[in-house]
Amino acid sequence: MTTSTLVVKDLTLRGFRFRENLGRWDVKYSPYLFISPFFILFGLVGLFPLLYTGWVSLHAWDLLGGQGKWTGFDNFAFVLQQRQFWVALRNTLSIFLLSAVPQLIAATAIAAALDSNLRNKTFWRMSVLLPFVVMPVAVTLIFGSMFGERYGLVNRTLGDIGLGPIRWHTDPLSSHIAIATMVNFRWTGYNALILLAGMQAISRDLYEAATIDGAGWVSRFFRVTLPQLRPTIIFVIITATIGGLQIFDEPRLYDQNGLGGEDQQWMTMTIYLYKLGWPQLNFGRAAAVAWLLFLVIVAIGLINLAITRRIATNEGRTA
Amino acid sequence: MSVLSAFNRRRAEARIAQRPGALVYGFLTFILVASVFPFYWSFLIGSGDAGTLSDTSMSWIPGANFFANARSVIDNESVNFWRALGNSIVVSAVVSASVVFFATLAGFAFAKGRFTGQKGLLVFVIGTMCVPTQLSVVPLFIAMSAFGWTGTLGAVILPGLVTAFGVFWMTQYIAQALPDELVEAGRIDGASMFRTFWHIALPAARPAAAMLGLFTFIMSWTNFFWPFIVLNQTNPTLPVALATLQANYFVDYSIVLAGVLLATVPLLILFIFAGRQLVEGIMRGAVKG
Repeated sequence: MTTSTLVVKDLTLRGFRFRENLGRWDVKYSPYLFISPFFILFGLVGLFPLLYTGWVSLHAWDLLGGQGKWTGFDNFAFVLQQRQFWVALRNTLSIFLLSAVPQLIAATAIAAALDSNLRNKTFWRMSVLLPFVVMPVAVTLIFGSMFGERYGLVNRTLGDIGLGPIRWHTDPLSSHIAIATMVNFRWTGYNALILLAGMQAISRDLYEAATIDGAGWVSRFFRVTLPQLRPTIIFVIITATIGGLQIFDEPRLYDQNGLGGEDQQWMTMTIYLYKLGWPQLNFGRAAAVAWLLFLVIVAIGLINLAITRRIATNEGRTA
Repeated sequence: MSVLSAFNRRRAEARIAQRPGALVYGFLTFILVASVFPFYWSFLIGSGDAGTLSDTSMSWIPGANFFANARSVIDNESVNFWRALGNSIVVSAVVSASVVFFATLAGFAFAKGRFTGQKGLLVFVIGTMCVPTQLSVVPLFIAMSAFGWTGTLGAVILPGLVTAFGVFWMTQYIAQALPDELVEAGRIDGASMFRTFWHIALPAARPAAAMLGLFTFIMSWTNFFWPFIVLNQTNPTLPVALATLQANYFVDYSIVLAGVLLATVPLLILFIFAGRQLVEGIMRGAVKG
């Protein structure tokens, strides 16, 4: 009788301990399990391809034959000797500057307007975000029809006010402006909302203090808003850099051939990568371009960071 | 002194709180027109015929051919419109459901769990957002070819199943929206971590999860580069089908732009119902970003 109760007691105690251990393991190790899907997927479709791209770029590699012989940095040397590569780099940077700079200025202006004490706030905020739901492919087809050389709406309007037609599909710079317009259409409002969020996080006391000191809205904007907005601006610039330098959809659909124009007027780095990889079936060279593009993105990102830091600290000093 | 400063303060407040003038509304109206005009333009051309775009005396009133043009898009065999629409819905729905689930799960672990390497791993997740996706296209394609996945929706869905942005976003939200006491209470009641997640964290994270789902759906719907590379004309998503449409009808923009509208309408409808949440979501994500 006593022994059996003891046994039962012992068993329940052990059961408790087991459950307790299980609970402790659960608390200790479940988090790893919960975050593992991201890391597994990143390993599969992010990290592995990153390294493998490096590996492929060091080989002669084509779609049908697969891995060929080790060629060292031949693919990089080949690509860097191509005029097309440098043209692609020029076009990419040009389109990037033409979209990023006006877009940032416009987005800041829109954000400042939205930050004022508007009636129907939500309506205005939604209205600037509307273009974001249009896929870049569709944006390109819509704007492509406006930027026709002979019949396009833009050239016709220019003609009406007495300006000569612009060769949107012939001149490199003109084609870059047209493509940058498409990018700006889709992203300006989105970035304006991000900047607006940054503006609303600025303490109202700062504005009050500035107003008491006699600052009008112009100096409030330049001396309070902009310096306080610095982290948000950096965030917007970094995301715009990473996305903008990889631009593909717009130049791809800007004409029917999709290879960046007859004289590569608007052939970007990613179009060049695609051209080497798919129509030409040379994966080794495409992979080399991918790595070079990555280096360009890192370099531009660092330059941007340096510039923004400089501008922001200067502003901070004058404020 | 303090009376004076309070007076100044109130005056300053009043000046800041003023309703903005006509200039601000005028500027925003201009932006509104610029946002809406391309839609109107598409409808204007998309409801005309092959000659509308080059007609120098073009009318600003839409024509009557929109449905005929839409028919041409739908009936075109190489465009595969219905298939593209179905594929886009499947891909976007699966990807956004998956991102929401796995990102909330990981966000819960990062925000409320206590484990070694927590901080470092989160920084790593954020760091991966800076890796350009284009970089991985070549090896991904080689891998998909090796598995025989090219041309299938799986090849488009797999890389998008969980995103660093999503994990970061849900971590931020759960950290501030879910009180630690609630998680503790669940644990004391003997609930497992997963049960705590399912019954406590997931319901609490619902607003952020909805925004993340919406955002992911749009990103997935508009995505072109990778689907274009890995899919083919016979089994496309909508952006890929639009590229085919352009290649087939480059002389007739009325049909191309009718197709553009057909591909855009689903997201427009979504925007009308959920645009407010999308605005809120983008703004809330930005403050922490």
